[in-house]
Amino acid sequence: MRLAVREAMLGFKRAPVLSALSITTIAFSLFAFGLFSLVALNIRNTLRAVESRVEIRAFLAENAEAEAIAAAMGDIGGFKEVARVEYVTPEQALERAKREMGEFKDVFEAGFLPGSLDIRLRDGFRDPTTVKRVADRVRTYAFVDDVRFGEEWVQKLYSIRNIATAAGIILGLAFAAVAIIVIGATIRMAVMARSREISIMRLVGATDGFIQRPFLIEGFVKGVLGGALALGLTWLASSLISRYFIRTEFFDARLAFLGLLGGAVIGVVGSAVSVGRQIRRVL
Amino acid sequence: MIRFANVFKEYPRTGVALNDVSFSVNKGEFVFLTGPSGAGKSSILKLIYFDELPSRGDVWVSGTRSKGVTRKEISLLRRKLGVVFQDFRLLEDRTVEQNVAFALDVIGTPPEKIHPKVSRLLTQVGLSSKSTNYPRELSGGEQQRVAIARALANDPFVLVADEPTGNLDDRATRGVFQLLRDINAAGTAVVMATHNIDLVKRANLRVLEINRGQVVFDSAEEKRRAPELTP
Ligand SMILES: Nc1ncnc2c1ncn2[C@@H]1O[C@H](COP(=O)(O)OP(=O)(O)OP(=O)(O)O)[C@@H](O)[C@H]1O
Ligand SMILES: [Mg+2]
Repeated sequence: MRLAVREAMLGFKRAPVLSALSITTIAFSLFAFGLFSLVALNIRNTLRAVESRVEIRAFLAENAEAEAIAAAMGDIGGFKEVARVEYVTPEQALERAKREMGEFKDVFEAGFLPGSLDIRLRDGFRDPTTVKRVADRVRTYAFVDDVRFGEEWVQKLYSIRNIATAAGIILGLAFAAVAIIVIGATIRMAVMARSREISIMRLVGATDGFIQRPFLIEGFVKGVLGGALALGLTWLASSLISRYFIRTEFFDARLAFLGLLGGAVIGVVGSAVSVGRQIRRVL
Repeated sequence: MIRFANVFKEYPRTGVALNDVSFSVNKGEFVFLTGPSGAGKSSILKLIYFDELPSRGDVWVSGTRSKGVTRKEISLLRRKLGVVFQDFRLLEDRTVEQNVAFALDVIGTPPEKIHPKVSRLLTQVGLSSKSTNYPRELSGGEQQRVAIARALANDPFVLVADEPTGNLDDRATRGVFQLLRDINAAGTAVVMATHNIDLVKRANLRVLEINRGQVVFDSAEEKRRAPELTP
C-alpha cells in the first residue's frame, strides 16, 4: 500500500499536464451534471411548494342543485387522487375575492361570482398529467361550467426540469467519456514509462492487482479532486445566480458527497478500463 | 519438479520453435541447455517461468500446469522460481539494495523483513560493500550478482538463467558460474542456457542439447543407457 501510494503520487509528477487535464475533464463532467442538477433541484423545490397549493377549481352553474352538488362531492372525494373537496358558495367566493383583492372591494359589491368545488390532490398526484386527468373527469358533470387549474406554468416548470435533467445527464456523460479517454491516455503513457519496472514486477511474481493498484489510486485521487473542483464551480455558479437572479438552494452534504463519489467512480473506472489492457501489453 | 510433455511451441510470425520436447528436471539438479543460436533454448526457459505457454503439450512446474493456467497462478508460481538474463534487467534509478528489495516489496513482504533479507542476499552474492551503489557503477559481473540476489529473494526452488554469463569476460564468468554452483549446492535447482562450451565441458553436469527445437542429446539419458561412456 505504501508503495502503491508513492507510485500514485509519482504519477502526478511524471505527467503533470495530463493529470491536470484528467482532473479538469472530470470536473467539467461533474460540473455539467451539477449545474443542471442544481436547476432541477431548485425547480423541484419550487414545484413542491407550488404543488401543495395545486387545486382544481370547478366553477358551478348558477342553477346547480344542492343535492347534485352533494352527490358529486361524494363521488369526487372518493377518487384515489383526491385529498379533499370543499364547496364554496357564491357568497363565500365573493368574500374571498374581496379579502384577497381588498383595494378592488367595490368592484365585487354588485357582482356575482359562481360557486365552486375546490379540489385538493394527494401527494404524488400533483403532476400535470394527473391533474389534467382529474380535471377532465370533473368537467363531465353537467352542472360544472368550467374547470381551472394551474395548467400551463406547472407544465412548463415540469418540462424545464426534465430538459435540465436530460441536458445534465447528456453533457455530464459526454464529459465523463472524455475524462475516461484522457485518463486512459495518461495511463497508457505511465505504463509505457514504467514498462521496465512492470515487467520486472511480473517476473518476480507481483500480481496484476498489485501492479494496477497505484494506477487505480491515482485515478481515485484525480476523481476526488475533479469532484471537489466541480463542487467549487457549481457552488460559485449557484451563488452568482442567487445574487443576480433568484435565490437558489445549494446541494446538501449528501448530494455534495455524491458528487465527490461520482468523481472517484469516473477516476477509478477510467483507470481500471485502461490499465488492465495496458499491463497485458507490456508482457 | 519441472516436466515438459510433448511440448510444441509455435510463434505467430516465425513458426515452429519447439518441436515435441519432453524432459524433466529433478529437485536440486543443475542442467545446462546448449545448442546453436535459434535452437529454442530461451523458448524452453520462457515456458518454464510461464512467460510463454506451449502451443501443444504440457508443461508442469512445481505443481502448476500450463493448460488452463491463470495470470494469478503464474504470478504465484514466479514467487517460487528465480530468473536471470544475459542483460541483467536491473532498475537503473535504484541502488543495488533497492533493486533487491523491490522484488520483496512487490509481492507484499512485510517492510521490517525486507532489510535483513536484502543484507543476507547481498552477502551471499558477495556484494554487501556495494549495496548503495547504482547498477551503472558496477561491473557486468557485479550487476549479474545483483540480478541473482534479486532472483533468490523468494527462496526459489529453481533458478532459471538465460545465458547469465553471455555479457561477461572469462574471470567474471567463472565467478558468476561458481556462485550458481554454490547456490545449487545449497539445494536450489539451476537451469542454465549457455553458449559457453568450455564451461559446460569442465563442469560435468547434466546437459540438454537443443537443436532446431528438439532435444537432440540429454546426458542423463546417455548415462542411463551407457554409463561407461560419460566423460
Ligand atoms: N517472441 C517471439 N516471437 C516470434 N518468434 C520467436 C520469439 N521468440 C523466439 N522466437 C523464434 O523461436 C526460435 C527459437 O528462439 P530462441 O530464442 O528460443 O532460441 P535460442 O536457442 O535461445 O537462441 P539464442 O542462443 O540465440 O538465444 C527462433 O527461430 C526465434 O526466431
Ligand atoms: Mg536465447
